[in-house]
Amino acid sequence: MSEAQYRVLITHDVGLHARPSVKLTKLAKGFHSRIEIAGSEAGPWIDAKSIVKVMAMKAKQNTELHVRASGDDAEAAVDAIVDLVKRDFDEAGDHGAA
Amino acid sequence: MSGKVGIVIVSHSPDVAKGAADMVRQMVGNDVPLGFCGGNPDGGLGTSVEKILAAIDQAWSEAGVAILVDLGGAETNSEMAIEMLPDERQGKVVICNAPVVEGAVMAATESWGGSSLAEVKKTAEELSPQ
Repeated sequence: MSEAQYRVLITHDVGLHARPSVKLTKLAKGFHSRIEIAGSEAGPWIDAKSIVKVMAMKAKQNTELHVRASGDDAEAAVDAIVDLVKRDFDEAGDHGAA
Repeated sequence: MSGKVGIVIVSHSPDVAKGAADMVRQMVGNDVPLGFCGGNPDGGLGTSVEKILAAIDQAWSEAGVAILVDLGGAETNSEMAIEMLPDERQGKVVICNAPVVEGAVMAATESWGGSSLAEVKKTAEELSPQ
């Protein structure tokens, strides 16, 4: 059992909208750990494996996303999620497109 | 055989059904069994029990099938379709009380992670007006 926490700036144009939310949730579901995200350190912290809650967060561009996890793969989970956000959810090619 | 819950989209409009299915495919991917149907047998707006049965068949999974419907007849015809299923399938198909497009994407995302039919239904229904 370990714990990990990190924060990352959302640089994606539209923030944590529909497609990014689905990607983040799918990624989170691949880990055993409990994974939570929040818009600020004070919370509220929400379950990153809940697509409805992640989408309802509506985290915007240029806001910080706090990620924390606890469980046997906590560090890998936080690393993977932070990496996804840094990669603009692999939608960098869409920036500025139509 | 896929262990993931299948998703069925039933709309009065074939275009809406196909559009919602396209969103599921693009956002969630191809790992979740998916069926969709819309329109009556004459090609107009409406729903048909036969088409719904075919869509359930297409999305069939031993883990069960969650149906998303739009309005009135879509729900009653889906209920009728469920009643016409063979006994061993009846208890494994549920209708979600959720908006059809958003519910389909939410349900499919939940299914993708390997959740049970009850969890998939609950996730879709979390979206319902509070």
